[in-house]
Parts: sequence; C-alpha cells; structure tokens
Amino acid sequence: MIEVTNLTKKFGSHLSLDCVSCTLKDGDSIALMGANGAGKTTLIRSILGYYHPDGGEVLINGQNPIKERTNVLKDISFVPQLPPPIKLSIEELMHYISVSADVDKERIKYYANEMKLDINENMNKSFFKLSGGMKQKLLIAISLAKKSSIIIYDEPTANLDPKARDDFYRLLKQNKEQKTLLFVTHRLEEVKELVNRQIYMDMGKIVSDEIF
Amino acid sequence: MKNLYLIAYLDLKESIRAKWFLVYSLVFGGLIALFFIAGVTESQVMGFSGLSRLLLMYIQITIVILPIFILITTVRSISGDRDNHILEYMLSFPISLKHYYWGKVIGRFITVYIPVLFAMVIAIIYGAIKGAAIPWSIFFLYTGLLFSLSSTFLGIAFFISSFVKSSEVALGIAFFIWIFLLSFIDIALISLMLQQRMNDGVIIFIALINPMELFRVAAISLFDPELTVMGPVAFYILDLMSQSVFVVVAIGYPLMLGIAFATFGFLIFKKKDLV
Ligand SMILES: Nc1ncnc2c1ncn2[C@@H]1O[C@H](COP(=O)(O)OP(=O)(O)OP(=O)(O)O)[C@@H](O)[C@H]1O
Ligand SMILES: [Mg+2]
Repeated sequence: MIEVTNLTKKFGSHLSLDCVSCTLKDGDSIALMGANGAGKTTLIRSILGYYHPDGGEVLINGQNPIKERTNVLKDISFVPQLPPPIKLSIEELMHYISVSADVDKERIKYYANEMKLDINENMNKSFFKLSGGMKQKLLIAISLAKKSSIIIYDEPTANLDPKARDDFYRLLKQNKEQKTLLFVTHRLEEVKELVNRQIYMDMGKIVSDEIF
Repeated sequence: MKNLYLIAYLDLKESIRAKWFLVYSLVFGGLIALFFIAGVTESQVMGFSGLSRLLLMYIQITIVILPIFILITTVRSISGDRDNHILEYMLSFPISLKHYYWGKVIGRFITVYIPVLFAMVIAIIYGAIKGAAIPWSIFFLYTGLLFSLSSTFLGIAFFISSFVKSSEVALGIAFFIWIFLLSFIDIALISLMLQQRMNDGVIIFIALINPMELFRVAAISLFDPELTVMGPVAFYILDLMSQSVFVVVAIGYPLMLGIAFATFGFLIFKKKDLV
C-alpha cells in the first residue's frame, strides 16, 4: 500500500506538487495521467524517495522511502521516463542489478527475449549506445524480471514500435497479478484493459480519481 | 558490504575504459620513461643520485599535476550522474546511499592511485635491472605520500561534486583550488613575510596547513634529515616535532583532510534530491 499525505514539493518558487493526497491499495492498477508538467514524474520520484518533500509524507507499506530506502526499494520495479546514458555495458548493468536487487540474470534474458531484444548480441556494448527503443526494452525486461509487488512505469513505451508495445502489454498483463501498478501514460486506450483506476493530475494537484 | 564492493568494482571498470584514464596512465608512465631516457639516474645533482633522484623528480612533478588530474576527472562524478538522471535509475535498486557514495569514492581512489604507484614500481624494477641501488625508505615514503595526496584531492573533488550544478562551474572551482594551493598561498605568504607584519612561525604554520606545501617539504625530508635545504622552515618544523613525527603528520593530516571533505560531501549528497 502506498499512502501519500499532503505531499508538497517546490522547485524554487514553482509548486510541482501541491498538497497531494492519495492511497494506492495493494492490487490497484492505476493510470496516472495529466498534461505535460502536471507533476506526474515528481509524484513518482517522491514515492521512490528521491525528493525531500517540502511538506507531507509518503509511506510505502508503512515505511518512509527516504529513511527506509533499501527496504522500500526491494519491493519496487521502476522504469523511468527517459533511459539514462549509463556507461556500463549490458553485462555490467545486469551484474549490478542481479547483485544489488537479487534479480536472476536468466530472467532478465528471458524477458528481453520476449521483448524481441537480442541481449547476447549486445552483452559488451555500453548501455547508452543502444537505440532508444532497445534501452526501453531492456529496462522493461529488468522491471519484469525483478520480483516486486509494486510496479511503477513513467511512460515506458514512448520509443517502442507498435509490435513491441503489444509484447510489453501482453507480458505486463501476465505479470501484474496481485501487484500494485502505477502507470504514467498519455494514451488511456492503450492501458484501458490493464488498469482499474485513473488518476488525473493538473498543476501539481490531483483533479480526478476514478475507479472503474 | 557487497554493495560497496559492487559499486567500487563497476566504477573502476568504467573508469579504466575511459579515455582520460589512458591519458592519465600514459602521463605518469611516460614521465618515468622520460627520466630514464634522459639519464636522470646517471646524473648527480645536489648529492642525490640514481633512483633516489629519479623518484624525487617524479614526486615533485606529481605533486603539481596529480591534484589537477584528480580534480578535473572527479569533480563531476556525483553531480554529473544526478543531472543526466543516471542516479534516478541506478538508485531505484535497493542500494543504500552510503554504499553508493563510498563505493564510488573507493573505486575512484583505486583508479587514480594505481597508475601513479605503478609508474613508481616500474621505475624501481627497471632501476634494479640496470643495477641501481634501491632506496626503499624513499619508495615507501612516497607510496604513503601519494596515497594521502590522492585522498586529499579525491575528497575535495567528491565534496565539490556533491553540490555543484554545471560542468563549467565545477571545472572552474577545481582549477581555482589547484592554482590557489599551488602558488597563491605561497605568494601571499611570501609577501606577508617580506612586510614582516606577522610572526614567521605563524606564516610557516599556515604554509604547512596547505597539503601541497606539506608534501613538497615531506618529499625531500628523507634526503636531508636536518632539512637544511629548507633553511628557516626546517628550524620551525624540527622545533615542533621530530623528523619521524613529521613524516607521520605529512601522511596523516592530508589523509584526514581528504576523509573529512569526502564525509562533508556525503552529508550534502544525502540531504539533496537525487534527481
Ligand atoms: N528538478 C527540477 N527542477 C525544477 N523544476 C522541476 C524539476 N523537476 C520538475 N520540475 C517542474 O515541475 C513541474 C512538474 O514536472 P513533472 O516532470 O512532474 O511533470 P510531468 O507531469 O511528469 O510532465 P510530462 O508529462 O511532460 O512528463 C514542471 O513544471 C517542471 O518544470
Ligand atoms: Mg514526466
């Protein structure tokens, strides 16, 4: 369960999150929507404990994601909006993840394969040298391979071709049983089948929260 | 603990592949090679000869260029990863900030220390093959001095990298610190001394708080236990402590300084947003 209470985050004088409160229950699948700059990414980063809030707090299964960082993150899979320019090779990145988060490398390879990413071909390539779509595929494969009960996606499909999107949604559907899914998207129709709740943000506030 | 090693190991691997590392290793290795080619070991100046003289020249140049190398290559390590969102992804895995930060420090320390040490080891081996006497005490002193010199500037670089925003500013600060410690303090102190406004002891004390100055003095201290080469400075130093205590201070104090700066950096890193 993720509980966000009166969360406020300012950058300079700009209010990116304005007293946001919401509760995401276990098993909820949420489409998080809203215009560019609405505060979606800021909310997600706060949930992951990256931001020190100016007010309010986030609790994940009762734990503060800043103070109990490692405990909280053990149980979260995350794909960011933009794949970062990591200089490690794929091999090293997988090593990092398998040691730090106890993720089986074979599972990463399995999901990469399901996403039609030929990982063995690229093992010694730097991550940042992969194409945009390939990067996203790998990050998605890692997120699926990691056994966690919370999945957070910040627009993970931006660079994927239509075929890859289908693969992704198919795998996610198989994978998300019993899990909390928080999915930032601008295209509700794509995730309609996956989600049971839609939260809409604007100017740092939650303006609508529907369960269907 | 395994995460600490993991971060250090991966940072080390990444650095070794980087171009700056190649240049860095070539500079220090090349320096040694150049000394041999130039026949430094054969010449005799001020009574120092053979390998001792070579090592002395090596460390005197290293004291000047190692700090700027370390500062320039490291000053963006944390803030760069924050700005291009590498931290956002890498820290979404259950790794504590402590392990991440100190793992980076250790990895980077090994990267910068090994080439300067290695160049010295090569000099020793090559010198031994050519039949020169090996000055072990000097070698061990310099190993220690380079260790603490590296740690001082690595600590300062990590400290800067924990808060600075843009590359240009980071490089600017790095360059300023280097020039400042290298010569501005000296120039300022010399002019103070000339004006005779301050007690000489105080001035020398201030000079020796500067780790670079301390290294310069320590580097020749073994050649000349009475420190006569340094004139009045030696008088003050040996008045304060014995020569062996001075060596311990020359290694210990900059090491502490480095650890202190790195620790401040960590506290800032922990307090700041990760993206
Ligand atoms: N690190 C930062 N420094 C300054 N301002 C920021 C920072 N991060 C976000 N903002 C501001 O906060 C607001 C919300 O940004 P956020 O990234 O959360 O939007 P978003 O809903 O994810 O938008 P998009 O759909 O474009 O991804 C924006 O106005 C943005 O400029
Ligand atoms: Mg966003």
